[in-house]
Amino acid sequence: MAKLPKTDELLRINFQPPKTGWQETPVDFKPGTWLYAGKAESLETLGLANPRQWSPEDEDWKLPENWKEIILEGLRERLGKFRSLQLFMDTCVRCGACADKCHFYLGSGDPKNMPVLRAELLRSVYRKDFTTAGKIFGKFAGARELTPAVLKEWFYYFFQCTECRRCSVFCPYGIDTAEITMIGRELLNLVGLNIDWVVTPVANCYKKGNHLGIQPHGLVDSFEMLTDDIADITGVQLDLSFNRKGAEVLFIPPSGDVFADPGTHSLMGQLMLLHEIGLDYTLSTYASEGGNFGLFTSHEMMKRLNSKMYAEAKRLGVKWILGGECGHMWRVINQYMDTMNGPTDFLELPVSPITGTRFENTKSTKMVHITEFTADLIQNNKIKLDPSRNDKHIVTYHDSCNPARAMGLLEEPRYILKNVCNNFYEMPDETIREKTFCCGGGAGLGADENMEMRMRGGLPRANAVKYVHEKHGVNMLSCVCAIDRAVLPPLMHYWVPDVNVCGVHELVGNALVMKGEKKREESLRFEPIGTEEDNDV
Amino acid sequence: MGLNFSLLIVAALILAVFLGVEALGLSFLFGVIIPYLAIATFIIGFILKVVKWAKAPVPFRITTTSGQQKSLPWIKDNKIDNPATTSWTMVRMALEVLFFRSLFKNTKAELVDGKKLTYQWEKWLWLAGLVFHWSFLIVVVRHFRLFLEPVPAFVTLIGKIDGFFMVDLQNVYITGVLLLAAVTFLFIRRVLIPQVRYISLAADYFPLFVIMGIATTGILMKYFYRVDVVSIKELTVGLFSFNPVIPEGVSVLFYIHLFLVCTLISYIPFSKLMHMGGIFLSPTRNMPNNSRAERHINPWNYPVKVHTYAEYEDEFRDKMRAAGLPLDRESSEAEAAATKE
Ligand code: HEM
Ligand code: SF4
Ligand code: SF4
Repeated sequence: MAKLPKTDELLRINFQPPKTGWQETPVDFKPGTWLYAGKAESLETLGLANPRQWSPEDEDWKLPENWKEIILEGLRERLGKFRSLQLFMDTCVRCGACADKCHFYLGSGDPKNMPVLRAELLRSVYRKDFTTAGKIFGKFAGARELTPAVLKEWFYYFFQCTECRRCSVFCPYGIDTAEITMIGRELLNLVGLNIDWVVTPVANCYKKGNHLGIQPHGLVDSFEMLTDDIADITGVQLDLSFNRKGAEVLFIPPSGDVFADPGTHSLMGQLMLLHEIGLDYTLSTYASEGGNFGLFTSHEMMKRLNSKMYAEAKRLGVKWILGGECGHMWRVINQYMDTMNGPTDFLELPVSPITGTRFENTKSTKMVHITEFTADLIQNNKIKLDPSRNDKHIVTYHDSCNPARAMGLLEEPRYILKNVCNNFYEMPDETIREKTFCCGGGAGLGADENMEMRMRGGLPRANAVKYVHEKHGVNMLSCVCAIDRAVLPPLMHYWVPDVNVCGVHELVGNALVMKGEKKREESLRFEPIGTEEDNDV
Repeated sequence: MGLNFSLLIVAALILAVFLGVEALGLSFLFGVIIPYLAIATFIIGFILKVVKWAKAPVPFRITTTSGQQKSLPWIKDNKIDNPATTSWTMVRMALEVLFFRSLFKNTKAELVDGKKLTYQWEKWLWLAGLVFHWSFLIVVVRHFRLFLEPVPAFVTLIGKIDGFFMVDLQNVYITGVLLLAAVTFLFIRRVLIPQVRYISLAADYFPLFVIMGIATTGILMKYFYRVDVVSIKELTVGLFSFNPVIPEGVSVLFYIHLFLVCTLISYIPFSKLMHMGGIFLSPTRNMPNNSRAERHINPWNYPVKVHTYAEYEDEFRDKMRAAGLPLDRESSEAEAAATKE
């Protein structure tokens, strides 16, 4: 694995474009910036094209004989299926407003990380084969031939976009480079070009129900470890149920939160809360993944994985579904699920049995976000909270890209945070809410082999954290996304070492006063509760 | 490269008219045939393009949400930037089309002291863009005084307001000047900002040069080489009433102006200038973010291969049983059939 450069070395970013034009500048597969190829085995599990052993470093990518035909035919098909693609290919005026909005551009200075050029990589090929001007004027109209070198460029840059949609907020036509990346990746998949950090979790999720490929009994064990910890910390024993028919609610968190800190702490907080209010809910081992790396593969794959949620809700006969803290999961639920796998005539309009609130905004998908659910509980005074238990945390909040820009979940988590902790500070306006900066590892790019690129892509986020760290002493970066919880800790470690990362519900769990609990001495991380000064005494 | 190429083409176009009209006497070609061809190309090309877009379905509701969603009643939602209804979506769209609302959000990022990222105020592109487009629109509307007889009252009114300022005892249309200034600014920024220069294609310089050419020849005709407006109006009204005539005394400057306009409008359907139609159809802007409340239909939604619960249970039945998980079947279908025999 490539060695990670020091921070000051990495900060020497050159924003001057190279002398050679972008069409003449070949892609450089520098170690630390790209991801390993998808394993043949995973491709086979999923029935994806061209499973084989290969590496992006190789000269020969072992493409099928007629790869070019496949790609161009795939492009033609998608132009007919997605108005978004047609428009985004035709209407960009190259005004450059999106250029410095991409975290990968800001962190790398590589002009092909400007959203507009990322899109031009595909657009140039589109012009050549699908437009009159491109056919006649060729290069002068910005058209170019699809060659193996162009394909390599696509692979490099479409797996260097986290599909965060920040660019689309600023574009005067709403051109969403994430959409172009998604379709670009779909095309790459047609000839067997994908990354292992996406394909293997997808294969696991498909067969075993979750990204890590944990089998049913393993999953139950892992949840038991969480409830054991909760019992140790609070003295309250939770009784979880799995695959239980007739429960009122099916609760689906992202599986990352079951296995890895600090996600586990956040999931513990959610389980404690659901226990405390006595919600009649079940977990599922079959639909044990809220996340959906299919989104990072193709629309079809997204649908194949997502189908489990409704299938399981139907089989178990629940009334509605509650979803955990996860970012891209909520893009899928908010913008794709019902269209792909609905209608949901077997479910009922979600109603909180505790507050009686009817979640009218979910009357078609019948799926509620845990922060919507919790915010409603707090607003109705249904839970007892002691925010002072979080006093040693000086908290800020990172909006994950998808809940922010593909849903608009901005105030719910903030409302919760302001009720469960006493020290909350926002990062600068240009870096939060709809303008939030990506963690640098979304859309399947959270691997280790591209660590340098992750640190670069995460620079704008880290820089904003650093600002509030220095100004207000912020030491806890909260978020509602499982990928964030995996990717932000190393990012903080690299750029702002004194800041930790947590899920919003970890702080809820700390603050939650439970019936029959013992005096809380430890936080969900088994750290002493109270301010740091207290602990020093 | 793209810049020089575009400049060369525009210069060649101008030279072609000059020679064509002055040396070869092709005023009917440049005054009648080409304008008709250009208008036909524009209208047909524009319609075909929009139809092509409209025919492609919108499979998913991929609204870009730039504000708080509508969820719990006591949380204030941002109705414009994250509309939940069609009417608010129309407000969002109107603000985009009329005032370039998204572009107004623009900032300029800079790495200060080699370590601090800052996001600075940058509205010049927005301002120049807005001035350019509004001026362009008003200039076009004003031109209808030359195409129609009698001149509609609102055209006269717009002309009056636009020509409010007097310079040297002459009314100066402010929009003409602003148009030229704004388009020049857009050109200069394209050349001076290294990133924007890097992404620019010949196709980006070309319309700017054509528009500069149109505005310059227009201004020259109006204020410097006073052309014979009466005969020009005869020509344009003739075109619009399908009785084309080529009156005497029409300056070659006018033919250049007209030809550049023809170039521009026939170029529109084949180029990025179609953004004027595209913006209305943009799926990230023209749909409400209500896909959890209302089901959005994908016309080509097709069944996909899934891994069913039954298959999953078959694979893990023993482990599930051992872990105390409830089962739908005690044994797989195949096993059950085997034991029966
Ligand atoms: C509904 C009508 C239209 C809307 C909403 C619209 C919007 C925009 C926006 C937001 C930009 C980017 C910012 C800028 O560079 O100004 C732009 C660029 C541009 N528009 Fe329009 N536009 C419209 C119609 C037109 C028309 C009719 C023309 C002329 C034929 C035109 C020519 C251009 C050109 C040449 C640019 C690129 C400027 C540059 O190179 O920097 N637009 N338009
Ligand atoms: S902001 Fe939009 S129109 Fe401007 S360059 Fe970027 S994608 Fe193209
Ligand atoms: S979606 Fe995000 S990562 Fe991709 S080009 Fe746009 S800003 Fe960059």
